[in-house]
Amino acid sequence: MSSHTPVAKRRGGGSAAAGNTGRPPVAWALPGILFFAVFAVVPLAIAVCLSFCRWDGLDSPTLTGLDNWTRLFQDKEFGQAAWLSLLLTTVSWAFQTPVALLLGVWAAGRQRSRAFLSAVFFVPLLLSTTAIAMLFHALLDPNFGVIRTIGPWLGIDPDVMGSSTGALLVVAFVGGWQFMPFHTLIYQGGARQIPEVLHQAAAIDGAGMVRQFFHITLPQLRHTITTSSVLMVVGSLTYFDTVLIMTKGGPGTDTTILPYLMYRTGFQTYDLGYAAAIATALVVVATGISLVMVRFSGFGAMRSTREGM
Amino acid sequence: MSTDTRPATPTHRPVPAAGRGARPVRRRRSHGNPVAGLGSLIWLVVVLVPLYTLVSASLMRQDQALGGDPLALPADPTFENYRTVLDSGFAALLGNTAIVAAATVALVLVLSVPVAYVAVRTRSRLSSLAFRMFLLGVAIPAQAVIVPLYLMIGKLGLYDTLWAVILPTAAFAMPVAVLVLSGTMRDVSEEMYEAMALDGASPVRMLWQLAVPLSRAGISTVAIFSALQAWNGFLFPLILTQSQENRVLTLGLFTFMTQFGVNIPAVLAAIVLSVVPIFAVYLVARRALIDGLMGVGGK
Repeated sequence: MSSHTPVAKRRGGGSAAAGNTGRPPVAWALPGILFFAVFAVVPLAIAVCLSFCRWDGLDSPTLTGLDNWTRLFQDKEFGQAAWLSLLLTTVSWAFQTPVALLLGVWAAGRQRSRAFLSAVFFVPLLLSTTAIAMLFHALLDPNFGVIRTIGPWLGIDPDVMGSSTGALLVVAFVGGWQFMPFHTLIYQGGARQIPEVLHQAAAIDGAGMVRQFFHITLPQLRHTITTSSVLMVVGSLTYFDTVLIMTKGGPGTDTTILPYLMYRTGFQTYDLGYAAAIATALVVVATGISLVMVRFSGFGAMRSTREGM
Repeated sequence: MSTDTRPATPTHRPVPAAGRGARPVRRRRSHGNPVAGLGSLIWLVVVLVPLYTLVSASLMRQDQALGGDPLALPADPTFENYRTVLDSGFAALLGNTAIVAAATVALVLVLSVPVAYVAVRTRSRLSSLAFRMFLLGVAIPAQAVIVPLYLMIGKLGLYDTLWAVILPTAAFAMPVAVLVLSGTMRDVSEEMYEAMALDGASPVRMLWQLAVPLSRAGISTVAIFSALQAWNGFLFPLILTQSQENRVLTLGLFTFMTQFGVNIPAVLAAIVLSVVPIFAVYLVARRALIDGLMGVGGK
């Protein structure tokens, strides 16, 4: 803070006014609000409008009423894609949450080795999703990749990408590989906030480590679990790069999840109105799931979790 | 400030491992947790094997990479693959990505700082409405708006320019930026504002000389976070650009993959090269990066 004139000199004005002076004009926020509205909120509204139109990307969109939506509800491909998205989300959540939770709680400790290991665990976050998808594409190549050597040893068919279940599991795994450090960090932060007294008290009462984990750590982390889970769900519902690069939605259409179906419909067959309908459905599903999860664990809790951000 | 006598408010930032003297160091359970310890060792292998293969195979000659044991060390290490990648226009990709990242960061900061400041310092309906819009904005996925953006960017005459990537990327980094910034700005105490107000400082001066310097941590978090998003972006460049001169790194990598086909060592070398700049940033700004990411997730 630069040179102050002694406060005393200015006392004349009375300090009651101080509460209101120096408030910034609300107009300052307008550029930011407008910018965000133009590139995110308005497009969302246009997407909804386009979902009632037919548009090939060249001519002007023409209104077709509910056509896209009736088609959507009868479309077997859409049904499959929605199902696969839910499946991928569930698998990703079930895979990432326990691992990230355990790693995070463990990393919240203080030993040297943990700092080192945490640094190693962090590395995948530095690679872009594209790079990671390409890396695993190479590693899982049945002719070249490590999968040739490691696969049989772990009981995995080297042609794992060729099987429909395998490909979906691989996509979930690759996403987990990338985002595990992020969720680990979240849990690590959460675990550090737990007052140690709780553990000490439980230890005095004779609770073992496992009981402490289930009766103290886990309940104390419930808001963290919500935050992390919402991020995971929204994240895996919108997976795209990984699928495009690793599987192209295949084998067949077995990894064609909603975002990829939207991309294919919109930008490969140029049926952009229908693509907008798929995109709108995606937003509805993602928002719906997040809201349910947040409500399920208490909305007030979510707000207080956000408070410190 | 001699001894820290502030009430122990729950710390917003995770306490640095070696808390500085005054702060009471939180005791962790000293007896390790064998299950988690074992799990972390397994995860270490899961993380390291792909990374090891990435680096070692990028140094292999093609015949070894295609025929030999992929886990073996490169028999005859070569930088040939790196040369191949560098010769096929890697520097241009890096340049474009750097421009996109820098412009995104600048745009996000210039636009989000005032929004966060207004959200924290005023209590008008409009500002709380705006704040709520950004809160909800976190949930808008980029895929949902890509079709309209394709339409709009075309109408604006920006298709296949770097602006086509920068503008939406910045917009989508804004919600988190506003949340993080308003979080840190809320920690600036009201007394300091009052002191400055008594001093006759204008709102501009308060923002510039009080709020901004005191929320430096949040600002660097936001800068890093938006730079990462720009760095990582794939969908916007894929749909909104076309020509080679406007290609960014992620898209360039993707085209390398199709271009080099079976030359897997070259593809891996390209991946390694793409990580080098961000790795350099990581080495310099490790603390800020980790705190920032931890902050994004909330507590």
